[in-house]
Amino acid sequence: MAAKKTERLLNLVICLLATRRYLTVQQIRDAVPGYETGNEEAFRRMFERDKEELRELGVPLETGSNSHWDDEVGYRIARRDYQLPELVLEPDEAAALGLAARLWQSAPLAGATGSALLKLRAAGIETPAGATGLEPRIGASEPAFEAVLAAATHGRRLRFRYRTAGRPTDEDRHVEPWGVVSWRGRWYLVGHDLVREAPRVFRLSRIVGDVKAEGPDGAVAKPEGVDLRAMVVREADEMQPRQTARVRVRSGSCWELRRSATSVTPDEPGWEVVELGFSDTERFADRITGYGADAVVLAPEDARESVVRRLTALATR
Amino acid sequence: MSGTLDQLPRLLALVPYLLARPGVPFATAAADFGVTEERLRKDLNLLWLCGLPGHYPGDLIEIEFEGDTITLSDAQGVDRPLRLTVDEALALVVALRTLAETPGLAEPEPVLRALAKVEAAAGTAAEPAERVEVAIFGDDQVLPVVREALEKKRALRLRYWTAGRDEITDRVVDPLRLVTADGQPYLEAWCRRAEGVRMFHLGRVQEVQLLDEPAAPPADVPSRDLSQGLFQPDELDTVVTLALEPGAAWVSDYYPCDTVEELGDGRQVVTLRTQGTAWVRRLALSLGTRGRVLAPAELAEQVRVDAERALAAYRYH
Repeated sequence: MAAKKTERLLNLVICLLATRRYLTVQQIRDAVPGYETGNEEAFRRMFERDKEELRELGVPLETGSNSHWDDEVGYRIARRDYQLPELVLEPDEAAALGLAARLWQSAPLAGATGSALLKLRAAGIETPAGATGLEPRIGASEPAFEAVLAAATHGRRLRFRYRTAGRPTDEDRHVEPWGVVSWRGRWYLVGHDLVREAPRVFRLSRIVGDVKAEGPDGAVAKPEGVDLRAMVVREADEMQPRQTARVRVRSGSCWELRRSATSVTPDEPGWEVVELGFSDTERFADRITGYGADAVVLAPEDARESVVRRLTALATR
Repeated sequence: MSGTLDQLPRLLALVPYLLARPGVPFATAAADFGVTEERLRKDLNLLWLCGLPGHYPGDLIEIEFEGDTITLSDAQGVDRPLRLTVDEALALVVALRTLAETPGLAEPEPVLRALAKVEAAAGTAAEPAERVEVAIFGDDQVLPVVREALEKKRALRLRYWTAGRDEITDRVVDPLRLVTADGQPYLEAWCRRAEGVRMFHLGRVQEVQLLDEPAAPPADVPSRDLSQGLFQPDELDTVVTLALEPGAAWVSDYYPCDTVEELGDGRQVVTLRTQGTAWVRRLALSLGTRGRVLAPAELAEQVRVDAERALAAYRYH
């Protein structure tokens, strides 16, 4: 029964915290209620499972022996490793933590925040729930998120199937994860692609099916000097502008073009000419075509032709 | 919620919590731990069966009930909460870092102080937090003014670009709250011009002015649940069907689609709902031959006419 087991584990924690000497398995069996029944083998199995559960909860079980000529392994919990160190927050710091704690909208980070706040509350820290009107939120709707986050933070290799935009079939990927990044509301995995032998950025929403983590914790280290966010930005966003275009825009329209313009000069009544930078002609043409008759590329000629080609295809179908 | 993996950590936090708050009311403790009073009673009934080996009266955790209050007088060594786990430290540290790195979202100084203290208390458990990064796009001009308006409950004057219609309007709004979606900050406010609740993308605010008059949104403005995203479909919306070639697959990642049908080879048919169709026309133009409006037919015709008109503009310039 669950309550019996909780009781046994709590007694085990109290017992191992109270001892300075390492306690042998037999001493533990004699001291902790709940272990007395059953045969030796059943007890050993039970104790192994209990140790595993405590470690999962973050209880630091220490193993060792009491002296050099004593070769039986014993257990104890060092108080300084077990307990949360002294932590006192000023009211403005607690308010900041309260705001931060509401950032995570979905599992597993929302749950981890909840259990962290319980511990802090137990240490006497109250974080105001606060109706401040500030509600920044980060979600994670990608099904692969939880598994990828766990592998990245515990340093384990990953295998998954991945859909690349514009390619007809999914591909198997084998990756050493360096970290995960949320950029413009999407989560990305950054790591070393073991098949392609190069650093790669993966969008979590394009991971198909289950994610498998392999190897022991800590097997993958993030290399020194890797800037996760910069890698994602390079992948997700357009490069720095390399060319300049002149575009005639209708007054009172094309506000997004005007914002990125380096200059805006009046033209015929009802029109202005903006100058703005771009890097990729085809992508720039996509963007301008969206404005229809409100934006006309004057230069360069190849961008102008590119827009005309798009419009012709659209007008004649 | 009665599994050991939930109950034991709660008990390990409950003991120091109660020790620090003699005479805490049942209701308060239950609320702080997010459990029912009945659940809390079960926890307490288990706690006082636990203690040091031997389990003589002085060895057990001691709890007294007086009326509706709880007093724990002997913690038997579990007087401090357990350290933060890697996941817990990660959740708090990354959230605080995100607040600290987002310009204008919070006063950076208390956030940084809280961050330093939490990192110090978490110790090595905080190290994997360097593998997770979250970008929220803040700014130094608009965001601080919006925050001040929310804090002081004052109205704002906005000069705002409506992307869907590509126009700029002036409006006075009564701020309700600041939220984020896709890593971008939005102000939810009562718009006096539209006489309704509107979401304002702060990146599209051209100018903002804090007014002296108090914010006065109608008392009966309903609080929206944003957990499913900012833009929730409405019965009155137009349903648009788009056919997408492989090069336009990003559309279904980027816009909230009702349905996504994979046709193989990376081609898709998607449906989405929208109030205004002006932005869909611009999207369809910018997709060129990689996308096609299948329905409504009038919208497809509008896109064709838009392209024809734009083409005419190129003939004259």
